[in-house]
Amino acid sequence: MVVGLSDTDVAADAPAALPGDGLREGIIDALRRDIGDALVDTHLVPNDDLWLRVATGSWRAAAESLHAAGFDYFCYLSALDWMPSPYGRGEDDPTAPPAERSTEIKQGYAGGETRFQILARLTDTTRHVGVTLKADVPDDMLAVDSWIPVYAGANWHERETHEMFGIGFNGHPDLRNIYLPTEFEGFPLRKDFPLLARMVKPWPGIVDVEPMPVADGEAVGEEAASAAVPDEDGAG
Amino acid sequence: MTVLSDRQRLSYIAAQAADARLNVELETEGMTLNIGPQHPATHGTLRIIARLDGEQVVWAEPSAGYMHRGYEKLTEVRTFPQVTTLINRIDWLGSFANEVPFILAAEKLMDIEAPPRAQWIRTILFELSRIANVGLFLGDLGVQMGAITPVFLAFRDREYVLNLIEGATGGRFHPNFDRIGGLKEDLPKGWIDETKQVMRKLRGFCDEMDDLLIGNEIFQSRTRGIGVIPAEIAKQYGLSGPNLRASGVDWDLRRDQVLPMAWDKVDFKVWTHPDGDSFARCWVRLQETREATKIVDQLLDGIPSGPIMAKVPRIIKVPEGEAWVSTENPLGEMGYYVVSKGDLGPFRVKIRSASFNNISIAPWVLKGVYVPDIITILASLYFILGDIDR
Amino acid sequence: MGLVDRGRMPAPLTKLFNMGRSYSMWVYQWGLACCAIEMGAAFGSPRYDVMRLGVIPLPASPRQADLVVISGTVTDKMAPAIRRLYEQMPEPKYVISMGSCANCGGPYWDSYSVTKGVDQLIPVDVYVPGCPPRPEALLEGIVLLQQRIKNEDMGAKWRGEDYTPIVVGGGRIE
Repeated sequence: MVVGLSDTDVAADAPAALPGDGLREGIIDALRRDIGDALVDTHLVPNDDLWLRVATGSWRAAAESLHAAGFDYFCYLSALDWMPSPYGRGEDDPTAPPAERSTEIKQGYAGGETRFQILARLTDTTRHVGVTLKADVPDDMLAVDSWIPVYAGANWHERETHEMFGIGFNGHPDLRNIYLPTEFEGFPLRKDFPLLARMVKPWPGIVDVEPMPVADGEAVGEEAASAAVPDEDGAG
Repeated sequence: MTVLSDRQRLSYIAAQAADARLNVELETEGMTLNIGPQHPATHGTLRIIARLDGEQVVWAEPSAGYMHRGYEKLTEVRTFPQVTTLINRIDWLGSFANEVPFILAAEKLMDIEAPPRAQWIRTILFELSRIANVGLFLGDLGVQMGAITPVFLAFRDREYVLNLIEGATGGRFHPNFDRIGGLKEDLPKGWIDETKQVMRKLRGFCDEMDDLLIGNEIFQSRTRGIGVIPAEIAKQYGLSGPNLRASGVDWDLRRDQVLPMAWDKVDFKVWTHPDGDSFARCWVRLQETREATKIVDQLLDGIPSGPIMAKVPRIIKVPEGEAWVSTENPLGEMGYYVVSKGDLGPFRVKIRSASFNNISIAPWVLKGVYVPDIITILASLYFILGDIDR
Repeated sequence: MGLVDRGRMPAPLTKLFNMGRSYSMWVYQWGLACCAIEMGAAFGSPRYDVMRLGVIPLPASPRQADLVVISGTVTDKMAPAIRRLYEQMPEPKYVISMGSCANCGGPYWDSYSVTKGVDQLIPVDVYVPGCPPRPEALLEGIVLLQQRIKNEDMGAKWRGEDYTPIVVGGGRIE
């Protein structure tokens, strides 16, 4: 169990208060005061972290509000594609009929309604607290506002998110590829972008290719991946 | 620690103004210079496109992507232990440090904690990888300014640290030693004493670097006042690690957050420098290397005994959830945002690598500098291509 | 030199030239990724010193190099540069592919941006497997290459006749 620290447990000379949940709830309240209903959902993991989901149109407004509230450090910006991959883990036999897989799109913390969500993290270096922001990005209008006027460092991150997911950024001065060559077709981090090498030669999956040694010196046979082998304890 | 004096600042500004006047009088023509992707002075395959006016840079941009291996896509088709093997190779100089935030995120999702002995040994190996990484930085720094000797010393002393890591983990770098729930194996006999001796040698190495580089007049004139990054800009770009601390921001993730590692059990100083120029960045890294040796000494004295691995099933399925863990890696802040759907492998891993942010400031900081200063500034910002390009 | 491609040179002369060539190679390091560090350790550190084998690192440009060690992952974006580098080197030239990324794509075999092995671009003489290979493995690759050069027929090499690449540690390339 990860033991969390509440405000009362903090030693007297600890650096600027390890953030407690009171501080995080204060952040939620301040943001709600600024953008009101645009703060669609929150998820607070006690003594750990805070997730906030804002409306797509208020993506930049949320950044401005948090920047004014003291979140001066821009950590990263990226996106999430919640569609389960139709290729599974690339372990399918190419000669067998395609496997049946669930296509249900289920979002994570702080909910969501769309397949793509934009994800960012900001940190407050004085209060030592960070917050993860999410926003839905609808499929028919795959774009959000750029954060460059608020955090200049978002430039490269937005370029990367654009080339990997195809999400546009309104107001970005120069949205070209950063990693991939200009002629690259497709958006690699989308789940429906296949890894061709795995389709041609699929990975065999978890199979013990060598027999696993057991304590009394006898080797256990293949397919030991299924449960029958005793767990290895920590060396005591 | 000395602060840039007003006189030095004024003389630098005056020199720049004088050159600007000369350029106007001489009627020069602009030129586009391509530095890289294969170049001895860039730490790997970084290409910098610089538009020059005489010797001064008008516009410069790093063109990344020559080492882009598609990590985030690959993690989606691998199991958790396989991802650990893969992510070793992001920051390939201090490899053990790459595994740690990912393993901590997976453990957070599984709601388990590694036993104390494993936490302490993880921290020791983490600091050793910091020494290996930044030790080579000091050598590389010399080579990029034209001082050839430090890099041989750095390689020689790095071998001591790699010996230690190899003794404990079996691999010189890319140890693949961290497991969800603890470590693969316990330390070999005699390792602790040998590490103490090596730490003493490395403090001697830091003193040598101090003599050879930091005190050197040429080094100082090439780095003082060059590439000044004010604290506000640094935070906006997400600069981290020694780069941020060299701009005066007192932010160190080892001290400023709670993680199941052993940093809160030791005393260490967080070094900052108010100037924000290249010299400050180099100086902070040197002090941090020395500090890391002291941290390792303290940790070695207090390793608790006990098991090295918590009780985890052999086939690990991490429960559904999302977790973010970031640590103070040798290059800066490295973090993993792990999304799991209860499967054998992660659903999505967002890798926040320090050098990506560190280099994204290059277009801003390289405006108006001279061509040799490009190399100096990038050397002082310090990046590893695998970290930029993932 | 018409001697080389038209006929055989007298054996003592061949032997002399071969010995001279093998002990005076200038190695161009094309260090891309993690293997570059091990290559740096092999070439630059006093522990695995490569100069004692007669192989000098750090030429000023590929046009002065005899041997190139490709170490690290080759991405599709970088591939044209490698091809151009190889064409810039004068004959006779040798290529060592160091590390599993350069041999066959390595741990990134399924990536969308990695070239699965540098032998898709240039012909390779020695494969050094490992991830990363120890500096001693690279030195062994260089020594095996030197042994092959000592027994080489320069005419055959000039004509580009079939050769079998060496794999350090045994093993064959089909």
